[in-house]
Amino acid sequence: MAKKIVVLGGGTGGTIISNNLRRHLPKDWEITVIDRDDRHIYQPGMLFVPFGIQKSNTLVRSRKKYILPDVNFVIDEITHIDPDKKEVKTKNHKFSYDFLVISTGCKIVPEENDGLMDAWGKNAFSFYTIEAAEMLQKKLKEFVGGKLVMNIAELPFKCPVAPIEFVFLADWYFKNRGIRNKTEIELVTPLPGAFTKPKASAVFIESAKSKNIKITTGFELNAVNGKEKYIESVKGDKVSFDTLVIVPSTIGDKVISDSGMDDGIGYVPTHHNTLKALKYDSIYVIGDATNVPTSKAGSVAHYEADVVVFNIMSEIHGVKPEEIYDGHSTCFIVYSKGTSSLIDFNYKIEPLHGMFPAPKFGPFSLLKETKMNWYGKLGFEWLYWNVLLAGRHLGAPPTLVMAGKEVG
Amino acid sequence: MSIEVNGTSYATDENGYLLNLGEWTEDVAKKLAEVEEIDMTEEHWNLVNFLRGYYEEYQIAPAVKILTKAIANEKGMDKKDASEFLYKLFPKGPALQACKVAGLPKPTGCV
Repeated sequence: MAKKIVVLGGGTGGTIISNNLRRHLPKDWEITVIDRDDRHIYQPGMLFVPFGIQKSNTLVRSRKKYILPDVNFVIDEITHIDPDKKEVKTKNHKFSYDFLVISTGCKIVPEENDGLMDAWGKNAFSFYTIEAAEMLQKKLKEFVGGKLVMNIAELPFKCPVAPIEFVFLADWYFKNRGIRNKTEIELVTPLPGAFTKPKASAVFIESAKSKNIKITTGFELNAVNGKEKYIESVKGDKVSFDTLVIVPSTIGDKVISDSGMDDGIGYVPTHHNTLKALKYDSIYVIGDATNVPTSKAGSVAHYEADVVVFNIMSEIHGVKPEEIYDGHSTCFIVYSKGTSSLIDFNYKIEPLHGMFPAPKFGPFSLLKETKMNWYGKLGFEWLYWNVLLAGRHLGAPPTLVMAGKEVG
Repeated sequence: MSIEVNGTSYATDENGYLLNLGEWTEDVAKKLAEVEEIDMTEEHWNLVNFLRGYYEEYQIAPAVKILTKAIANEKGMDKKDASEFLYKLFPKGPALQACKVAGLPKPTGCV
């Protein structure tokens, strides 16, 4: 009988791992990817939409087109996971599995933030869905000055550098439009700094200062008041705004919590290093769906996919999964249309200065705003669609490489 | 860095978080709370024990939202009241203060 691997979700992680597994496994292994639709979104591009740097219609492509033809791609709603029976139910089918990979991602739930829906699209906006990013683009186009507040409702949220990029890009955008002197920009975050890692945080705070961007930290959002134009923290502090841009509360997929497999907010408790589900055999988790303490970002899903392929192959050959994953994450931090910074870090090692990926030669500079990094960011979109999704090896390990980094 | 409790020294990181989770005792917790200027009540202990149980089960500190949900369920409060309750107990925030008293490593959050 054919052996079966079922992959839940055909986003960045699900696509990479399906293709990668297909390359590694003999034909008697059947691989099935299930997703609710055929819309693969290039998520890093959503940040650019509000500023008119990228058009939203360039962000979506067919999932199926990027999944190898000998992988089954099924469009259906996943309704239940049964780890005991090793079975996944969808609206129309049932799928049994030998191994299950959960890559169901996460999503924003603005309706969970008090008062936010009343202001949504009026003076409160976001860029974490394409629709929201389009609305924000219209709003920014009409913006004539006033106070723009970027707020993060709570942790964990997706792409922790995006709000920093947003305020930097806003500074660039308003300067370009000649209204920066009539505009106040403030980042309001529940984190203790601009970023939790101290060295990077210090660098970002310095950049924000030079751009006259105010940063308010330790602010846990309680409610949004769109009518009186302020956000209020749990402690009762208020920050006023004319236009609010918010990262609303974020949760994992409903099917995870409906199946009783989550940590309380929709994420699967996952071993930090093997990426195996903590409580279940034969289940691995990658990308935003895990609860591991690293960024919810595409680079993470990509590195994790490599580790999970290795561990599934190990298990197939009767060997225990290995503790390989180190929390490795790599992110561009765009400063303006034309410049960007870059960070590379893991669970233990915070972002450091240096060159990436090659020591001395780079060509990219870590924790530094350069033109070359911007070209990297631009080139990355091509790399994403044509190389990364295919699950091809780039010749680098999934774990952090210290060569090229300045220690101390 | 370290703290002294009943003549024994316990290693902490540079932010005062206990380095070895296994060394935690109620006396150590009291000392950690003292440093944070927190008077431990039964409600504080309940929360600290919840955190330790969660950490043992999931090997990670819970998100603030999970804490708020747990309190809301237990006390029959709404979300807003639960989160105010949480901040009354640990004014600098559950992540920073409650985890420290519970002997958990400094939460790295999602970043």
